Amino acid sequence: MSKAKSKVSIANNLNTIDLVQRNLAKRKRAEWRFRAYGVGAILFGLACLLILFSDIISKGHGAFMQTQIYMEVTLDSQRLNIDDPTSDQQIRQANYDSVLAQALIAQYETGSTLSENTADSFKPLSALDKRQLLNLISTGAVYTIGQRLSDNPQLLNQTVGFWLIADDDVDNYVKNIEHGGKGFSSRLNKQQQEWVNNWMANEQVRQVFNSTFFTSGDSREPEQAGIHSALVGSLYMLLVTIGLTFPIGIAAAVYLEEYAAKNRVTDFIEVNINNLAAVPSIIFGLLGLAIFIGFFDMPRSVPLMGGLVLTLMTLPTIIISSRAAIKAVPPSIRDAAYGLGASKMQVVLHHVVPLAMPGMLTGAIIGFALALGETAPLLMIGMVAFIVDVPNGLMDPSSALPVQIFLWADSPERAFVERSSAAIMVLLAFLITMNGLAVWLRHRLGRSYQ
Amino acid sequence: MNSNSGYNGLFDPMLAPGRTLDFAQQGLSNKTVGNPFSEKAKMSVRNLNVYYDNKQAIHDVSLDIKRNEVMAMIGPSGCGKSTFLRCLNRMNDTLDNCRVEGEVTLDEHNIYDRKQDVVPLRARVGIVFQKPNPFPKSIYENVAYGPKVHGLVSRRAQLDEIVEDSLRKASLWDEVKDRLFSPGTGLSGGQQQRLCIARTIAVSPEVILMDEPCSALDPIATARIEELMAELSQNFTIAIVTHSMQQAARVSNRTAYFHMGRLIEVNDTRRVFTNPEHELTEAYITGRFG
Ligand SMILES: Nc1ncnc2c1ncn2[C@@H]1O[C@H](COP(=O)(O)OP(=O)(O)O)[C@@H](O)[C@H]1O
Ligand SMILES: [Mg+2]
Repeated sequence: MSKAKSKVSIANNLNTIDLVQRNLAKRKRAEWRFRAYGVGAILFGLACLLILFSDIISKGHGAFMQTQIYMEVTLDSQRLNIDDPTSDQQIRQANYDSVLAQALIAQYETGSTLSENTADSFKPLSALDKRQLLNLISTGAVYTIGQRLSDNPQLLNQTVGFWLIADDDVDNYVKNIEHGGKGFSSRLNKQQQEWVNNWMANEQVRQVFNSTFFTSGDSREPEQAGIHSALVGSLYMLLVTIGLTFPIGIAAAVYLEEYAAKNRVTDFIEVNINNLAAVPSIIFGLLGLAIFIGFFDMPRSVPLMGGLVLTLMTLPTIIISSRAAIKAVPPSIRDAAYGLGASKMQVVLHHVVPLAMPGMLTGAIIGFALALGETAPLLMIGMVAFIVDVPNGLMDPSSALPVQIFLWADSPERAFVERSSAAIMVLLAFLITMNGLAVWLRHRLGRSYQ
Repeated sequence: MNSNSGYNGLFDPMLAPGRTLDFAQQGLSNKTVGNPFSEKAKMSVRNLNVYYDNKQAIHDVSLDIKRNEVMAMIGPSGCGKSTFLRCLNRMNDTLDNCRVEGEVTLDEHNIYDRKQDVVPLRARVGIVFQKPNPFPKSIYENVAYGPKVHGLVSRRAQLDEIVEDSLRKASLWDEVKDRLFSPGTGLSGGQQQRLCIARTIAVSPEVILMDEPCSALDPIATARIEELMAELSQNFTIAIVTHSMQQAARVSNRTAYFHMGRLIEVNDTRRVFTNPEHELTEAYITGRFG
């Protein structure tokens, strides 16, 4: 009782401003802590992003460079099996493996002038040695030779220098050494390492930009594998998805917001759309499998199918975000237009949709970005196949970038791990470009309404 | 005068405001005192009842608005002034939960007729809202929008003419003629409201409805709009809702006093403010509730 009394008297002795002052420090500290939580959250997010990016880049940057080996190859017409140098057919089907093998082995069996070290340790190569030596060059190297000869038929029977693609194990070994490692994790044996070391000493090894990665489809050989077909497949699917989702989504959202009566039926539809947005994506894959493939008998693994499935998946999200954007259009604008005697369609087309467009675009781009990175539903409709050729249309079998990443990440070869990280970088670049486009479009549309 | 007999014994100016309000909420009659009807009616409202969901907001209101008069509607907030006004060009149709019963005629033609299209109706009965709501477009586009949607003009030169003429009538032309193509939302509040008036006039309506057009404006902007209304009344019939009794007294020819969804009294403005017939009106204009 007396305590409470003394408290009251203290409070009465201090005037208001003193009390405010006394609390001010506490308030400021609370304010500061509140801001610190926000900054902390952002820093945490940034740190995660930084770790993710640096991990992917450190793993994947190597895939953008490719090791090549210089080799002088004698284009001997007998070995090549070419009688008639004017025949394209013969040049195309010539036995380049043989001349390449000859060139490789010749370095050691004849004591090639290129290598002084090996001249000392000259000995005939065993069959096993020969095979191991041949393994150092990619099986794709013969195409480089064949291409050069068919472009310049006069090179027949001459000795020509080629930069040939190295096998992925050599690629790995060389990259490791160039980054200060000792090639420990290499899958090359002692003998093979020695050969490669010799080539390196002779400056027969170089690193160039890996254009194969962007111009080829998938391959069993990592050094010949690229993302071209997957990228084109993803692009086609995205086109199908955007082309279907955007108009359907906006039309549905506009109808539900502006026209539909608010009754049980629309409530039911709304609840279902919200539920669909939360359905796991793999279920949409199953749905696509059952309906498009099972019922309508459409082909598997084609971008059209993938696009349709991704459309099913994205549509609810787009409808929800578009409705939110339409709801956010100030009612006063609608009133103004109706008050002037604009018809419902005029109000929608002249005011509601243009004003909601930036919001709808934001939602749509997030939806498309998710669709672009989606793997699970595509697995269900067979887009997981090993596709080498670049698809030429919506009905050509194709892969998709995330599926390609999934396949490569699953492969044991180190070089594929590197490539999957590189493919992730390409996917991220794709997404960032899309987002940039959205920002630009938003800016443009915001202005054009005025 | 007998309609208010029910209150006579209860009404006591010495009562606390709370008590006054209590009494004001009991047993209101639907009968209007004064002169709600006229020979020269531009718009006539008969037995109007308006419901939001199941709540009745307007109770059996009948009123004529004369050609080229300024009719002011006053009353405590929530008494249904806006609801009544919005019935005059069927703006309530845009609300899902609103139901209107009764008859509203424009030049003796029922606008709630099944065959009446709201689009031409709103071209004839324009509306200006409480908060200035220009489109986020250029000043020019704002004024040109109405003529464009109604297809009133075929050539750009005609449109330019309408825009200039409307802006002049709204006494905004001199202030904006050098920046017709800058956003209307960049104007001051008072200018925005005059832009909205210009936008409404551009369709050449016959009646202009105004719902507290000055309540978001400062006194100087208000004075300009009041001046404007005096000029506009030469060409248009105006119905204005206002919460300012001074404004009603300054701009209007007749004043209607609404209370709890009922039209209590309609009389010449001067009469309403100097010698109200109904004690609810008197209580309101002497500031005992509102
Ligand atoms: N859209 C609406 N939905 C439901 N009730 C409404 C709506 N608009 C107005 N009301 C109700 O109708 C009554 C009259 O409102 P209103 O016409 O806006 O009054 P005033 O303009 O005189 O202030 C109020 O009780 C208000 O709560
Ligand atoms: Mg109101």
